[in-house]
Amino acid sequence: MELSFTARNVMLGAALLGVAGGAMGSFTLLRRQSLLGDALSHAALPGICFAFLLTGSKAPLPLFAGALIAGLLGALTMLATVRWSRVKEDSAMGIVLSVFFGLGIVLLTYIQKLPTGNQSGLDKFLFGQAATLVEEDVQVMALLSVGVLALLALFYKELKILAFDREYGASLGLPMRSLEILLTLLLVVVVVVGLQTVGVVLLVATLITPAAAARQWTDRLGVMILLSAAIGAGSGVLGALVSATVPRLPTGPVIVLFASFVLVVSLFLAPRRGYLWALARERRVERRIRRENLLKDLYRVGEGGESWDRFVSLPQLMGLRGQSSARLLRSARPLLQDGLMQRQGDTVRLTDKGRREAAGVVRKHRLWELYLTRRLELPSDHVHRDAEAMEHALTDEAVTELDALLGHPELDPHGRPIPPVVAGAAGEEATA
Amino acid sequence: MSPTLVILLVGSLVAASCALVGSFLVLRKLALLGDAISHSVLPGIAIAFFLTGDRAPLPMVLGAGALGVLTVFLVELFHRSRRLKEDAAIGVVFPALFSLGVILISRYAAQVDLDLDCVLYGEIAYTPWDLVFWGSRSFGPKALWVTGGVLALNALFVATFYKELKISTFDPELAGSLGFSPTLLHYALMTAVSLTVVGSFESVGAILVVAMLVVPPATAFLLTDRLSRMLILAVALGIVSAISGYWLARWWDCSIAGAMAVVAGTLFVLALTLSPRYGLLGRLLTHRRLRERLAGQLVLLHLQQGEARLPVTLLERRFGWSRGRFQRTLRRLARAGWIEKGRDGLRLTTAGADFLDSTGGSHLAHRL
Amino acid sequence: MAFFKLQPAAEPDILGPMADDPSTVGSKPGDEREARAEREPRSEVPEPRPGVPAVEVHDLTVAYHTQPVLWDVDVDLPEGKLIAIVGPNGAGKSTLLKTVLGLVRPLTGRIRVFGEPYERRRSWVGYVPQRESVDWDFPTNALDVVLMGLYGRVGWFRRPSRHHRETALACLDKLGILDLAGRQISQLSGGQQQRVFLARALAQDARLYLMDEPFAGVDATTERAILTLLKELRSSGKTVVAVHHDLQTVAEYFDHVVLLNMRLVAAGPIATTFVEENLQRTYGGRLTVLTQATEALLGRGAAAEPEAGG
Repeated sequence: MELSFTARNVMLGAALLGVAGGAMGSFTLLRRQSLLGDALSHAALPGICFAFLLTGSKAPLPLFAGALIAGLLGALTMLATVRWSRVKEDSAMGIVLSVFFGLGIVLLTYIQKLPTGNQSGLDKFLFGQAATLVEEDVQVMALLSVGVLALLALFYKELKILAFDREYGASLGLPMRSLEILLTLLLVVVVVVGLQTVGVVLLVATLITPAAAARQWTDRLGVMILLSAAIGAGSGVLGALVSATVPRLPTGPVIVLFASFVLVVSLFLAPRRGYLWALARERRVERRIRRENLLKDLYRVGEGGESWDRFVSLPQLMGLRGQSSARLLRSARPLLQDGLMQRQGDTVRLTDKGRREAAGVVRKHRLWELYLTRRLELPSDHVHRDAEAMEHALTDEAVTELDALLGHPELDPHGRPIPPVVAGAAGEEATA
Repeated sequence: MSPTLVILLVGSLVAASCALVGSFLVLRKLALLGDAISHSVLPGIAIAFFLTGDRAPLPMVLGAGALGVLTVFLVELFHRSRRLKEDAAIGVVFPALFSLGVILISRYAAQVDLDLDCVLYGEIAYTPWDLVFWGSRSFGPKALWVTGGVLALNALFVATFYKELKISTFDPELAGSLGFSPTLLHYALMTAVSLTVVGSFESVGAILVVAMLVVPPATAFLLTDRLSRMLILAVALGIVSAISGYWLARWWDCSIAGAMAVVAGTLFVLALTLSPRYGLLGRLLTHRRLRERLAGQLVLLHLQQGEARLPVTLLERRFGWSRGRFQRTLRRLARAGWIEKGRDGLRLTTAGADFLDSTGGSHLAHRL
Repeated sequence: MAFFKLQPAAEPDILGPMADDPSTVGSKPGDEREARAEREPRSEVPEPRPGVPAVEVHDLTVAYHTQPVLWDVDVDLPEGKLIAIVGPNGAGKSTLLKTVLGLVRPLTGRIRVFGEPYERRRSWVGYVPQRESVDWDFPTNALDVVLMGLYGRVGWFRRPSRHHRETALACLDKLGILDLAGRQISQLSGGQQQRVFLARALAQDARLYLMDEPFAGVDATTERAILTLLKELRSSGKTVVAVHHDLQTVAEYFDHVVLLNMRLVAAGPIATTFVEENLQRTYGGRLTVLTQATEALLGRGAAAEPEAGG
């Protein structure tokens, strides 16, 4: 019975923190204020100690209030320092962070020496100990989290402008300064909510890590916020449970490691932004380029020779671009499989299908060369390199436009014929 | 050597070494990277501890140095991938590494002597009795050797690479074009920071190293414009903070490291308000002076532009100033002999016209 | 005791309505006021008298810390024209726009928009900031950005309605990028991003548009599209004031020009103002008039960062 009650509190507390932290963290991340959360969480420590000294109790409400006030003071100090002196933002954060925290440690050790002060209850705020959450704590956390989420939702679109284009928002007459204060206030509240669960040092990770992970999966702010909240809640609940069941494992670090794991996975696997996807995309493009180059090479050889049906030797093809035989064979294989090429021993040649597709690529190349020489007036010996790159990038629509623009030309700058559009070639070119 | 002297010395050595590298952190806007490193070296220390089985300084230093470089490397990696901004990269890397360290220590070293709280805020009070032995001879407190060594290293580093550090701090592109690698220097600086951090662990703990790294240099930044003076001032301020902090902690019976941070903060606030050039008061005064001079110039300009002999009320309403401000300006100008009051209004004197010419003349206003 | 006795105000009120706040120097930045005041519908603010310039700048001096950025600028911008603000880097061009918008607090001087202080004419002014002023990696799409221009009309606590969305889409269409409405803004080219910003300002349906380098870094097609838009705005009686970076095209694109180099060098119609002599004064000479003035004023060389000395 005891365990499940504690577990319930732990889960609730961590979930609340995860949701509020994730949502709030999205704004913090986008406004490039990630480390502000770090500074504020450190700054909250003296507030907690003061509250204890003043009230003599470790009830959540006064401690939270103390943390809140200290956090706000810290934010104000940072703002004032940056505004009124030449000290830069990062230094201001570092100063508030370390000095306030130092004050907190002073108070903590002072309390420790007091006859009444059994501060072992207070230093759980350093690393977090979700297992010590009591019902009262969770209730306060719930109240605060709901408040934060409600305000974020209420002012969503104005906060969006604040994060994206503050100046424009000000020009519209929106009270950007007040909104900024509101956002900072909400940040401090979230910090306070999380202190008991993850502790002072790691709080920044409950804000930033889920938000950074969520950012990789979506390009829409609303979705990002929801996802970030979900990731935060998930890692929070998991981490808190693990920490509550395994001995000698403070909560904060476990939650952070779960969230960091999700982040790393997201960085790799997320579609479009993910590293693996980007790699795959690059490979695909490289493969297509190699394929088109090979087709082009064969076309040119065939064009220069007496007949299209002659087989070209592999060493000859290798020599054209200085490719190794291994590389060449790798490029050749898909062409053979797709029926664009025929092989006979050590030689290859284009099939009709292959010739049509090759013609398409050559057409792009030569049209582009003509465009460069005619429209941009580049000398004809300067255009080949550029066309080598552009031929892979031009879309069919672009080519049609180019053709029209240049007046349906027949010859390229070097006097070679520009292959006309062949019916059916467009469909085949779509494969890539 | 009395214990008090040892503590004061250790504190001063820590403050000095931190001030030296911290000044560059502040100038390069890397204060928070220093904060991150101070947290993320923890797993390095833990691993070194596991491997060697005791708190010998050398493995810890190496472990910490490695982690410091790793931190910087990871932050750069994330940042360069363009999937995370720089501040976000810092905010995800150091907590992850710190968490790793905390878990390692909590789970596997809790029964041994590595106390987490101590790592966080140090226990400088024990340093006089933590002696280094070789054979049966005691060579004095270990902390003195460690912090002294770190200071020597930092001083050597700064002295040797002073010019390069200066150039790459104020003009990174120029540095690159002059032939030495700013990136290399960056990593070297970060390594120095990591070593400084671990060297200071036992004295002031991880968190408060940040105070010593950032606060005295920032204070010095408010007091001087020259790099050399800033370094000297930062060291001096750090030492003052360390010494005063110790006595403060004695008086209040509280954490020595915390007290040092508080004193450093107080000095910063003092500089912030009182610094003649960059403090609040100084800037207020300069700003005020500037406004007054600009105001005076504007009045003179308008008089010169053929609006001479304008009724005072008209001028006042043109500017939209309060009556008091306007009067004060006029009074000052009259005192300087640059305007005079005629029967029908104000007039620019020849002295006033000369003054205007000397400060760059004027152009007629334009209306489309 | 006043040194100069103030004479009774016998002269006519040629300066127009007085400043609201005679107790302060210069105009207050608008974002310190409550949102309530800014949302008042246009009909409640009186129409300006005919002939009142779109923007009146009186004796404007703006300083950043102790460095003057704009110095005693006095200029009127007429309504219904395309006006270019031109000058070298650091001449204060963007600052001038921002001061009109109330984003920057001047040291001295007053600004009137259609005869009233900016706060009362806010809904008549549309702003197109510099493209670089924003991080385009923000998770939002083009339509969303344009909708931001309508937030003033949507009001607090409400979501944009279908009507608002349609307005926004129409503005995107006006700029020729309707098909990009759902596109993530980081995937837009520079020219497309610029068009999104313009569409956003269009959504405000303003009478005066302040644009900061709208032609910078855009492709030729976009440049033509923007120019077409500007000309359309002019023919419907709107005023456009644009900071412009390209001297080659000033005469071709604009009707009036303001030559700025911390001080006002010249202002007026292109034909009479955009001439060699004025351009020389704007761009020529390494040490500007103002730098000499500043140095004399402060009595020492400017030094804001630790010098490379010592």
